[in-house]
Amino acid sequence: MAANLVQGAVFTVMVVRAGMLRDPAFASELAQQVQRSPRFFLNAPVVLDLREAAEFTSEIEFHEARDVLRRHTLALIGVQNAQPAQLDAASAAGLASFAPNATQPSRPRPVEQGPSAAPAPPAVASNAAKSRLVTQPVRSGTQIYVRGGDLVVTAPVSAGAEIMADGNIHVYGALRGRALAGASGDVEARIFCSRLEAELVSIAGHYLVSDQLPPEHRGLPVQIALLDDRLTIERN
Amino acid sequence: MAKIIVLTSGKGGVGKTTSAAAIAAALALRGKRTVVIDFDVGLRNLDLIMGCERRVVFDFINVINGDAKLNQALIKDKRNDNLYIFPTSQTRDKDALKRDGVERVLEELKEDFDYIVCDSPAGIEHGAITALYFADSAIIVTNPEVSSVRDSDRIIGILASKSRRAEHNLEPVDVHLLLTRYSLERVKRGEMLSVEDVNEILSIPLLGVIPESESVLRASNTGTPIVFDQESPAGRAYVDAVARFLGEQREMRFTKPERRSFLRALLGKA
Repeated sequence: MAANLVQGAVFTVMVVRAGMLRDPAFASELAQQVQRSPRFFLNAPVVLDLREAAEFTSEIEFHEARDVLRRHTLALIGVQNAQPAQLDAASAAGLASFAPNATQPSRPRPVEQGPSAAPAPPAVASNAAKSRLVTQPVRSGTQIYVRGGDLVVTAPVSAGAEIMADGNIHVYGALRGRALAGASGDVEARIFCSRLEAELVSIAGHYLVSDQLPPEHRGLPVQIALLDDRLTIERN
Repeated sequence: MAKIIVLTSGKGGVGKTTSAAAIAAALALRGKRTVVIDFDVGLRNLDLIMGCERRVVFDFINVINGDAKLNQALIKDKRNDNLYIFPTSQTRDKDALKRDGVERVLEELKEDFDYIVCDSPAGIEHGAITALYFADSAIIVTNPEVSSVRDSDRIIGILASKSRRAEHNLEPVDVHLLLTRYSLERVKRGEMLSVEDVNEILSIPLLGVIPESESVLRASNTGTPIVFDQESPAGRAYVDAVARFLGEQREMRFTKPERRSFLRALLGKA
C-alpha cells in the first residue's frame, strides 16, 4: 500500500529566467506569445530560474512573480538554481525547489579521451539504451516521452497523440500529432518525419502550431531544426 | 472455447448496437452459437433492436450481482436457435459493471457459446473500458467523418494498452475496421471520407463497408437485425463482413460505383 502512495512522473515545464521579469518589454512579449496559442499556455506550469537573479530574496517578490505570470495564464510552481536564502523565501511563498537542468545540449558528447586506449563502445551502448524504438502506430491520446535519448517511430503518429524526447525525434510515417524534441532544452535536437502533418512541432520550447507551418511543406518529408532561435523547416 | 468480440467506437451514434445485432445474427446464421451482450447499462437498446424487449425479466446486472441465474436472463431469439440476447439494466448505471462479476459471467458463457459479442457503450470511461477489457477481437465501428475516425484511433490505442491481453502481455487484441453509413455519392461529392482516407489514418484491416441505407432504420424500428433482410444491401454487407471475420475472402461491395443493369434501372430499383 505505502509503495503506491507516491508515484514518479515526468513533465515538461517551461522555465522563465527571473531577470526577464524586470525587463519592461517582457510583459508585452509574453502577452503576444500567449495570444498566439492560448490553449498551449493555459495553466501551463512555469519554473523560475534564479541564476543571475540574486536580487530575489523576499517572499513578497515571489508572490509578485507569481501574480505577473498568472495574468498571462501561467502557473508558477517552483524555482531552480536558488541560493539557500532564496530557497527559504521561495518555500515560504509555497514554491517547490527544482534541480538545475542542463540548458546546454544534454546529449553525450563524442568521447574526448586522451591516449588511453579504452574502447568507446560502453558510451554507445548506454546511449542506445536511452533511445526508444516504437514500431506500432502512436494512437490519438497516447503520450510517449523518452528521457535523455532519441525517439524513433516507424509508424504513423495520429492526430491527438504527443511524442516527446530529450534528443531527436524520427518518424518514418505521417506525423499528425504533436512532436516535442529537445524537451529538456537541447537546442541541437531535431525532428525528422517522412510526412509533415503535425498539430505542433517544438524544439527546446520553440514551437510552431499547425497554422504556422508553411503550407509548401505539408505532407512532405522534412527535418526541423532550431537555427538562431527560429524553427527552420527543410525539405529532406 | 468461445471467442469474445467487442464492438466499440469511442464516439456515440455511429451504429455500434445495430452492428452488434447484425453481426451476432450473421454469426448465428452461419451456425455459430452466439450471444450478444448489452454493456450500455442505463441506456438499454439492444433488446429493442433485437425485438425482444417484451421478454426481458432479468438482466446482465442481476446476474453479475448473483440475483438471477444466467439461463433466467438469457433470451433466445425467435428467428434463429443459435442466437441469444443478454439484455442490460435500464435502471442502473455503469458503476454496476464490476470487473470480477463481468469476468465470472463471461467465463460461464464461454462454456456454452462459440462467440460472445459485446455491444460497448460510447465513450472511453468505465463502461466502455469494461466492455473491451476481456475482448479477443475488436470491431471498430467508424463513420466516414473526421471526428469518428479520431475517436476510433483513440479507442484502438486503449485496446492496445488497457485490455486484459495488453495488461497480461498476451497476444494483442485483433482489431478490425467496420465502416458504417457509407455513401458513395457523398464520398464522390467530397462530403465524406473515402475508404482509402480512413484506412490511411487508422491502418487496421478492413472487415466491411456498410452502405447508408433506409432499410437499416426500418430494421431497427421493427426489431429485426438487418441481416434477416436478404434484400437489403446493408444486410448483405454485414453477412460479407462476418464471412471475412471467419477467414473467407469476399470482394468489397458498395465501395465502387456499381453498374446498374438496364432492366433494374427501368424498374427503378437501386
